[in-house]
Parts: sequence; C-alpha cells; structure tokens
Amino acid sequence: MKPGRELTFDDMLEYVGREATRPPEDEPPLPMGPYPEGGGDAPPTDGGCGSGSCGCRTPDPSLLDKKMDRRGALSMLFGAAAVGSQALSACSPTSLASAEEREAKLLEWEEYFKGNCRLMSEEDRERTIERLERLAKLKDGVDVRIDGTQAHPEVVYGYAFNISKCKGYRNCVEACIQENNLDRATSAQYIRIFEMDGGTSMDDLDHGDASYHHEVPAEGAFYIGTQCFQCANPPCVEVCPVGATWQEPDGITVVDYDWCIGCRYCMAACPYWARRFNWGEPEVPARELNPNQHYLGNRARKSGVVEKCTFCIQRSRKGKLPACAEACPTGARVFGNLLDPDSEIRWVLENKQVFRLKEDLHTEPRFWYFLD
Amino acid sequence: MTHLKPFLVQALDSATSGGRRYHLWMGVLTLIMLVGGYAYFVQIREGLAVTGMTDHVSWGLYISNFAFLVGVAAAAMMVVLPAYVFDDVDFGRAVLMAEGVAVSALVMCLAFVVVDLGNPFASWHLMPVIGYLNWPRSLLAWDVIVLNGYLALNLAIPFYLLYNHYAGRTPEKGKYVPWIYISVFWAVSIHLVTAFLFAGLPARPFWHNALLGPRFLASAFAAGPAFMLLVLWFIRSNTEYEIKSGAFSKLAMIVTVAAQINLIMLASEIFTEFYFFTHHAVSAQYLFFGLDGHSGLVPWIWTAILLNIAATVVLTIHPLRRDPRFLMPACLVLFVAIWTEKGMGMVIPGFIPSPLGEIVEYTPTWVELAVTAGIWALGLFILTVLVRVALPIELGKARSPKLRERREPAEVEQP
Repeated sequence: MKPGRELTFDDMLEYVGREATRPPEDEPPLPMGPYPEGGGDAPPTDGGCGSGSCGCRTPDPSLLDKKMDRRGALSMLFGAAAVGSQALSACSPTSLASAEEREAKLLEWEEYFKGNCRLMSEEDRERTIERLERLAKLKDGVDVRIDGTQAHPEVVYGYAFNISKCKGYRNCVEACIQENNLDRATSAQYIRIFEMDGGTSMDDLDHGDASYHHEVPAEGAFYIGTQCFQCANPPCVEVCPVGATWQEPDGITVVDYDWCIGCRYCMAACPYWARRFNWGEPEVPARELNPNQHYLGNRARKSGVVEKCTFCIQRSRKGKLPACAEACPTGARVFGNLLDPDSEIRWVLENKQVFRLKEDLHTEPRFWYFLD
Repeated sequence: MTHLKPFLVQALDSATSGGRRYHLWMGVLTLIMLVGGYAYFVQIREGLAVTGMTDHVSWGLYISNFAFLVGVAAAAMMVVLPAYVFDDVDFGRAVLMAEGVAVSALVMCLAFVVVDLGNPFASWHLMPVIGYLNWPRSLLAWDVIVLNGYLALNLAIPFYLLYNHYAGRTPEKGKYVPWIYISVFWAVSIHLVTAFLFAGLPARPFWHNALLGPRFLASAFAAGPAFMLLVLWFIRSNTEYEIKSGAFSKLAMIVTVAAQINLIMLASEIFTEFYFFTHHAVSAQYLFFGLDGHSGLVPWIWTAILLNIAATVVLTIHPLRRDPRFLMPACLVLFVAIWTEKGMGMVIPGFIPSPLGEIVEYTPTWVELAVTAGIWALGLFILTVLVRVALPIELGKARSPKLRERREPAEVEQP
C-alpha cells in the first residue's frame, strides 16, 4: 500500500450519512462536472491526448498496482478489516496522493450502497453520475462525461441490415469496440459478422463462419451481422433475478452495471447470444478511452457483470447514428426511429421484403434483414 | 427455552469429541475446505476468468452441482413423508438423518450459487426491501425463495424435535406436523422450480422441454435416497443407533423405482431427439455422439448411462437388492452416475452449440475443481456434525442436566 492514513470503518459510517457532494475535511469540493469552464464539447480523444490539453495522464505501471490495492482494500471492507489495518498505517504521513485515495475509497463506499438505477430519484442519479466521473478521474486519471439522457417519448429505435450490401469488412466491429469501450484484453465484441457460402439459407448461421481471416469479400460468399436485436419481448429481461436489466421506453434493453450480481441467467436466456460477461477486470487503454459516455451505455464496467449492445445509447439519444451504422462503408446498416413515418428505417420496412432471426420464438426483434 | 444453553453446550461437545477416525475424517474435510477457500480467494481476486467458463459456456461445474444437489435436498421428502404423515415406524429413526442430509445439501446448493456469482458482494441486491427481487417474473427469484424456505423448514423441524427430546418432553404433533406437510410440498417445489429455471428458456432447445421437470424429480428420488441409504448404513454399522431393516428395504425400493423411471425418461428423450433428427437436437447430438469433431462430453455421458443401467439392473433383481453387499455399491454407483448425467451432462450441452451455432467446449479449471471439492467437503462436514449432535440425543444418552433433579436414580443415564 502507498503511504497514507487508512480509511476506518467509522470514517465510512460518518461519511455515508452526509451529503454526497460534501467533501471530507480539508479536501477541495467535488466538481459538478469534470470539465473546466469553457472546455467545450470536443472529446479529449480527438487528438487531444498526449498533447496535454485533454487532461489525461499517461498511466504509469505503478498506477495499475495502486488500482489493485484499492480494489483489494474495498473487498476487505466487508470484513470491516479496514478498522484493524488502521493501526498499521496510522503513523504514515498524509500526502496529496493519499487524500485522493481516501476520497476515492469514500466514493466507492457510497457507490456500493446505491440503489437500482431504475428506482433512483432524479437527484440520486445525478449524484451517482458525479461520483462516477470523479472516480474515473481519481482512479484512472481520465476525464469522462457520463450522460443520463432519458428516452424521448416519441422514439422507438429500429435497425435494418442489408445483406446485399455487406461485404464483411468489419469496420462496424472496430467502431463498436472503440465507441463502447469494450474490453481489449479479451477482444470482446458486440457485433459478429458471419461469412456464409452462397446457397446457404440466410438464417442458417450454424453454417456461417464468424472468425474468418482473409481478404473480403470472399468469392461467392455473403455476410450477415448480428448484435443485440433489442427485442420487443426480451427473454433476458424476464429472467434477471434482481431487475438489473430492462427495456427502456425507446426500446433499448440496458443493464445497470452496478446492480448486476453476475449470475449470467440473462446470457442463458438470450436466443441471439447478444450478451457479454466481464470475466475479469476489463481493460481499455486510457488514450483509447471514449470519454463521452452514458450511464446505461459505454461507461466503465467492472469485473463480474454483464453488458450488451445498447444501439450506442450515448449517441442515439443525442440524435446520432450508432457507431456501427456510421462506420459502415457500404451503407448496409440502416438505423432510425420506427415512430417517424419519414425515417429511412420505415421506408425499408414498407418497401423491402424483410425477415428476422428466430421469429418462431416471439421475441419480436427490432432488427430486420433485407436484400436490395 | 430453559434448556437451550445446555443443549448448545451438549451439541458443541458432541460435535468436537470422538475417536481418532472421527478427528481424521473431520481434519481431512477441513483441509479440503481450506484448499477450496484458497481457490475461491483466487477467483475473487482475479474474477471468473480463472474458471473454464466463457461467453459461450456461461455456466459450468458450479451450476451443474447446484442442479444435482437440489435433487438430493428434495429427496429427504421420501423419508419424511412416510415417517410423519403415514406414521411408518420403520422410518421413524431415519427421518432426522434425512433432514440432516437435506440441510447439508441445501447449504451446498446455496454455496454453489454464491461462488458462481460474478459480483457476490452485490448479492444483497436479492433481498426484498433493501434490494429488489424480481419476483414473480424470474425463476431464479423463485429459486432463492424456495431454497431458503426449505432450508429454514429443515432446520426448524429437527431442532424442535431434538430440543424436546433433549428436554425430556414428547414433541407436540400439533406444533410440527403442519410444517411437515408444508415441507413435503415444498420439497417437490424446490426441484420443479430448479428444473423450470432451465426449462423456461426457449433460447436453449436442449433444456426447453416438458420432460425436464419430471426427469429432475425422478433422478432426484433415485440419487437422494441412494445417498441416504449409504449414510444410514454407515450409521447403523458404526454406532449403536438402530435403524430398522424395514427402512432400508423401503428406501431401496424407492431408489429402484425412481431409477427405472429415470431410465425410461432417458430412453424417451433419446428417441424423440434422434428418431427424426431436427435442428433442435444438435445439443443432444453433441452430448451423445459429438458434433463436428467436438466430443468432450461423449465419454462422460456414456459412462453415466452405463453406470446408471448397471446400478438399476442390480437394484431391480430382488435377491441382489436385499443383500447389502450389492445394495450399497449399487447405491454409490447410481449416485455417481446421476451426478455425472444430471450435472455436467444436463447443464453443459445446453450451451453447445451457442444460439448462433458456434461450438466452444468447456473444461473446468483447477480453481473450479478445488472450490467444488471444498463445497462438497463443507456439506459432508455439516452432515457429520448434525448426525453427531442428533445421535446421543436420540439414543437417550444426552438429556438436559436440569432434568436430573426430578428423576428417579435408576433413570439417570450414563455420563
């Protein structure tokens, strides 16, 4: 452990009872937002990193060690072991680093006791977002902005995939990984592109190959992409024992990463293999981190919880296309508002012959396939 | 509750005193638990990445053992029902042991679920009021309720009986028989609910069939009483606690019939899957014959089936079943066979191939094996302690010291 006074059990009890934004003792108050005034909207990754203007710190190896220590210490709290360890470090000098560590621990402690996101009051939600932004700064040295935008009442999202156009380039997969801060250590991906031999039934993915490594498009092959289909009747939501996953009014099924207990029942229930589990602590290099985040979307996940595609909720709720649809070089991906009669997705549904995967299960995916 | 303190002192004394073999047994179990505890510590530190599970096979050895042990716990009903409800005297002395088996099996079940959680520190989210239990929608929420309820019943009823015996009183039927009726229905429910947890998933055709629940029950009523026979046999051969032969022959009959029904259901399952092969049978194909060169479970399942058939044949032949030299090995073989078939053989193929048709196989890691062994040791440890506490009281050797003043000198038991 780095030097510094250990957090005691009493400290926590005292702090939990206080206002979330009130700082402990002599520390600077928690900022309302992570960005300095006039910092603009430009995401720090846009060439900012490394130039010093983004506020990112290059993480040194010892930072990672410290991270482990703090996590270890947090787990120890459950046995109130922190009380005992106070004696060990009581004589250590207080430094700035330890003040930050202390703040981070208190914030983590508060985070541990927060409720289910869906049942939170508006105020609680704002507070937890502040805490998470501050924690990202304290622990990983990154400035992130976590958005809490709610669903728009006149929007239900839908997606269509043009099998004739997809050439299997997988730009969508790459864009998704970058946008959604997917774990680089295990090469997690929400989107899978299956290469199928000509003459195969379009919905017979068993005969497709999702791990091809050759130049595309291959002779005689066609390509089909899968991801979460944001079912209107999602079996994964039904089975969650703690209500940590639900369907938003705009049709996006989301996960409260802090409420998930990691039982993985939803993964067993999904007929489209759309959910991913964090088997270990996910790793995203600080310079590749997308700081524009949503509470229900691409914010930092932790070890032992489930995550999934959210149609890039951090983008779509701001009126942008999901990263996959934007990245597609062939225009095979169509995304839009199903309630808007003038949207492109509505045009596809009205003018093309479409199908969905496993319609017999009555999951009612909001993701259609079509041909030109 | 005037006798509570001496009761607890007596219980502690019974659990901690014994011969060298007893201490060796408990020592070995403790050692295995410590190894399991260390493995779990590693799993907590590194995450579930240290297990063999993947996004493709997202449940493994832990949930397999859980599914099997729920059956063992439920099977206590097979002894409780005749003993209390039909007043079958043969089962009278076996019943507390059966409840001990249920309690230890339930503790193992709960432990297997907890070690399977990715975020166990958040398990308080399951508690109503402070957390949020998605009941009645989620079958896992049902399972949490029925398992804990069954555990409470199986702790409370034996405690009431033992405590009254210890205090020299006859337990009042009006106070415990209604709870026994409840626990009998509850036993069926814990197992059906656990089966529905799997059978309710259309995403996994291998589990999504109406036979899964009945088959769970049949295999449970074979494996559970088989285990109980082994325990009772051990108690009878090693202590002066007498269990009537009638209890053995009746339990053996239950095991036999259940094992036969289980085999019929297996045959029915295999017929439906393979007579006219459809896409829904690919998991069964993987399990029994291998798929596209992947055949990890094929030796596993055929071993289980052969052991199952061998044990069932031995049990079916009357002279063999009546001879403990055949009955006991047959019970052990049957228990192992059902553990193999209903654990890994039922859970893993549900994930292979994945819903998108990809085949990723599963092999447990040392962490999973060590944690699993540790939990089994924990269960056997608890069972041993419970039996150890119950025996002297049931034998009349242990009575509350507060009774002594009122006794005739001849009635005072041996120290």
